[in-house]
Amino acid sequence: MSVGAIAAAPPRAVSPKHVGIAGIVLAALAWVITVPPIEVRGMVPSIVLAVVAVLAGAWSIAGGERKLGSEAIVVALFAVAGAAASANSSAATLSTVFTWSALVAATLRYATPLLFGALGGVISERSGVINVGLEGMMLMGAFWGIYGADLLHSWVWGVVVAMVAGGLLALVHAFFSVHLRANQIVSGFGINFLALGITGYFLEYHYGPNGTPLDISMIPNVKIPGIQHVGFFGAAFGDANLMTWVGIALVPALTFFLFRTRGGLRLRSVGEKPRAADTVGVSVVRVRYAAVVASGMLAALGGAYLSVGFVGSFSNDMTNGRGFIALAAMIFGKWKPWGALWACLLFGFGSAMSDRVSGVNQTLGTLFEALPYVLTLVAVAGLVGRSRPPAADGIPYVRE
Amino acid sequence: MSLLEEELQAEAEESTGAAATSPAALTAFRRGASGIAVPIITAVIAFVGGGLIVLATGHDPLTTYQSIFNGTGLNWLFPWVTGSERATAAGNLQQTLITATPLILVGLAVSFAFRAGLFNIGGQGQYTVGLIIAVWIGSSFAGMPPVLHIAFAIVAAGLAGGAWAGIAGVLKAATGANEVISTIMLNWVAIWLGVYCFQLGGPLHNPHMPTTPVSDNVVAGAKLPVFWGSSSLQGLDVGIFISLALAVVYALVIRRTRLGYEARAVGFNPEAARYAGMNVGRTWIRVMLICGAFAGVAASLDILGWEFSLATNVIQTSQIGFYGIAVALLGRNTASGNVVAGVLFGALLTGTSDRNISLSIDPTLVAYLTFMIEGLIILLVSTDVITLRLLKGGRRIGVAFKRRRSDEVTATEGGAK
Repeated sequence: MSVGAIAAAPPRAVSPKHVGIAGIVLAALAWVITVPPIEVRGMVPSIVLAVVAVLAGAWSIAGGERKLGSEAIVVALFAVAGAAASANSSAATLSTVFTWSALVAATLRYATPLLFGALGGVISERSGVINVGLEGMMLMGAFWGIYGADLLHSWVWGVVVAMVAGGLLALVHAFFSVHLRANQIVSGFGINFLALGITGYFLEYHYGPNGTPLDISMIPNVKIPGIQHVGFFGAAFGDANLMTWVGIALVPALTFFLFRTRGGLRLRSVGEKPRAADTVGVSVVRVRYAAVVASGMLAALGGAYLSVGFVGSFSNDMTNGRGFIALAAMIFGKWKPWGALWACLLFGFGSAMSDRVSGVNQTLGTLFEALPYVLTLVAVAGLVGRSRPPAADGIPYVRE
Repeated sequence: MSLLEEELQAEAEESTGAAATSPAALTAFRRGASGIAVPIITAVIAFVGGGLIVLATGHDPLTTYQSIFNGTGLNWLFPWVTGSERATAAGNLQQTLITATPLILVGLAVSFAFRAGLFNIGGQGQYTVGLIIAVWIGSSFAGMPPVLHIAFAIVAAGLAGGAWAGIAGVLKAATGANEVISTIMLNWVAIWLGVYCFQLGGPLHNPHMPTTPVSDNVVAGAKLPVFWGSSSLQGLDVGIFISLALAVVYALVIRRTRLGYEARAVGFNPEAARYAGMNVGRTWIRVMLICGAFAGVAASLDILGWEFSLATNVIQTSQIGFYGIAVALLGRNTASGNVVAGVLFGALLTGTSDRNISLSIDPTLVAYLTFMIEGLIILLVSTDVITLRLLKGGRRIGVAFKRRRSDEVTATEGGAK
C-alpha cells in the first residue's frame, strides 16, 4: 500500500453518519424480524440487535452525529417494545395483525386525508401563517363535498365545491391573520369552531335527522390493470382511491414548486424574512393570502376524500381531529412535503395497526391511536432532530 | 419566540395606528368603557353574525335568541317572572352556573399561562386527565369520611392535571419545544388514555356495565353537596364556590406573590427577566403546573358535582378545555374577567342545549348555532388580544406612542430574526 493511498484515506474507516444510519436500520430490524414473514420467536435476537443499535447510536453521537445517533436509540427503544409485544402474541395473532398487503392498503387510506392537510399546512406555514384551522377547513371540505356531489350529481363537482368552501374558510383565516394581524393560533381555533357550527347547522338544515343521502356519486378507485391481480402488489396498491394517487403526486409537485420555482422562492422568503422579500418587491400580503387559501383548498380535498371518496356520507365532526394529526405530520416532517408524506404514512400505519390490533385486542388498539401524538411530542422535544419552523411563522407583517 | 412577544410587537405596531383607531379615539374609548366595552361588543357582533345565518335559513333570530336567553335562566333575575316560569328559570340558572364552574377554571388555566407568555392549548388534556383521576378516586375508597374523600379527589385531580401540563412546561424549559404543539399533542394522548381506561375491558371500566364503556359511579360520600335546588334534579353544587375561590387565589398569586411577579416579568420579556436573574425555565414549569392544576380541579368539580361517572364518548366529545381559551381571551386574563366570561359561556351553552329549547326552530340547529357564535367570538378576540392589551394600561400606551417609530422598527426586525 502506497503512502499516498494512506494519506488520501479518511481518518476513520467508517463515518459516524454511516454508523448512525446502520444503527437505525438495525434498530428497525430488531422489530421487523419478530413479525411475519420472518417471525423469529423469542426476544433474544431482537435485544441483541437493539443493543448493537444503541451502541452504534451512542458511538455516532460521540462522533458528532447527534441527530442520527439519537434517532437510532429512539427507534431501538420502540423496536424493543414492539418485539416484546410480538413475543407475547401467538403466531395466529401475529398473522392476523400483519397481513402486510391489507396493512399497506389501510395505511394508504388513513394517510390520504392527513397528507392533503399536511401539504396544506406546509404551504401556509412556509409563507409564515400558522394554520391551526386545518381541521375546520377539512371539515368544510367533507361536508360541502358531499353537498356538491349530491346537488350536482357528480363527485367532480363535489370536489370543486369542497375546494371552494375550504378556500372561503381559509380566506377568513387569512383576513384575520394577515390583514387584522390576529393571533393566528386563536384565529385558527375560531375557524375550527366556526366550521363545526357551519357544517353541523347546514347538515341539519339540508338533510335533517336522516343524514346525507346514500346514493352519492363517489370518487372512484383506480384499478391498475397490470398489477391488480398480482398478489401482494395487487392487494396493496391495485385498488387505491384516485385521491390517494393525487395526494402522492402532489408531494414531488409541491417540492418542485417550493424549492425550484420563482413562486416557491417568494413563498419561502415571505415566511423566513418578510422584510427582505418586501424590499425586493414581493407583496407579503398577497403571497400570504394566496398561500393560506391554497392551504384551505388542499385541506378541503382531504376532507372531501373522507366523505366523497371513502365513506360516502357526512356525519357531524367527521374529521375527528385529523386536521390536528395533519398539523402534527407537517411538524414531524419538518415543514417539507416529502417529510410530511413519510410522517403521514407513519401515522397512517399507526392507525392501520390500531385497527388490526383492535381486532385481536381492543384495549391495546386504543393505545395505538395515541402513537402519532407521542411520536410528535418526541419530535418537537428535539429528541429526533430539532424541527425548526420558518423564521417568521406566526408573526404578522407590517410594512413601514 | 413567545406568542406574547409577538403580540406585544403587534401591539406596538398597532399603536402607530395607520389602519387602526386614532389615538384620541382610543384613549377616549379606554376611559369611557375601561375595556368592558370590547368583550361586550365582541359578543354582540358574534350574536348578530349568528343571527344572520338564522335569518338566511328562514328562521326568526329574535325569537330564537329570546328563547336562548330564557333557556339560560337569567330571566330568574327579573322580579316579574313568577310561578312555574320562575321555577323553570331557577333550574336553568342552576345549569348555567354548573356549566360556568369548570369554564372559569379552565379559563384561568389558559390565562395564567398567557400572563407568563405561554399559550396553553392543553386545557382539554389537563381537564381530561383530571376527569380520569377524579372519577377513579371518587368511585374508590368507599369508606372514607366525605370531606376528606372530596378533598382527596380534588387535590389528586389537580395534581394530575398539573403533572400533565408540567410535561409541556418541562419540554419547553429543557428543549425549547413549542408549548402550543406539545400541549395539542398532550390533549390527544390524554383523550386516548381516557378511552383506553374506560372502554370495554379497559382497566377502569365498570364491570357491571358489560356493554357500555363507562366508569364506576362516584360513591355517595364523594359527591359535592347541592345547596340550591334538588340534588335529584341536578341542582347547583358547592363546586361554584371552589371555582370562585380559586379565581381569588389566581388574582392574589398574580398580584401578590413572587411567582406571579416572575410570571408576568417572563411573559413581558423573557430575555429581560433572564438578565434580571430570574430562572425563566423554572418559571415556565411552575406556571404550567399551576395551569394544569386549575384544569384538573375543574374536572374534579364536574365529576363530583354532577357527572358522577365518565363515559368514553364524553371524553371524546368534551370541548370544555377549548372553551377555556375563549373564556380566557374574552376575560382578558384577569380573575374577574374569567368569572364573567365563564358565566357568559356557561349561559350560552345552557341556553342552547336542546333540553332547554321550546321554540319553532329545530334544537339541533340551535346547538350548532352555539358553535358558530363561539367561533365568531374566538375569531374576534384573536384580534382583540391586541386592542385589549392596548386598552389595558395608560402608561404603556403612552410609552408606545412616544416610541412608536423605534418600536415599530425593532418590532418588525425582531419579528424577522
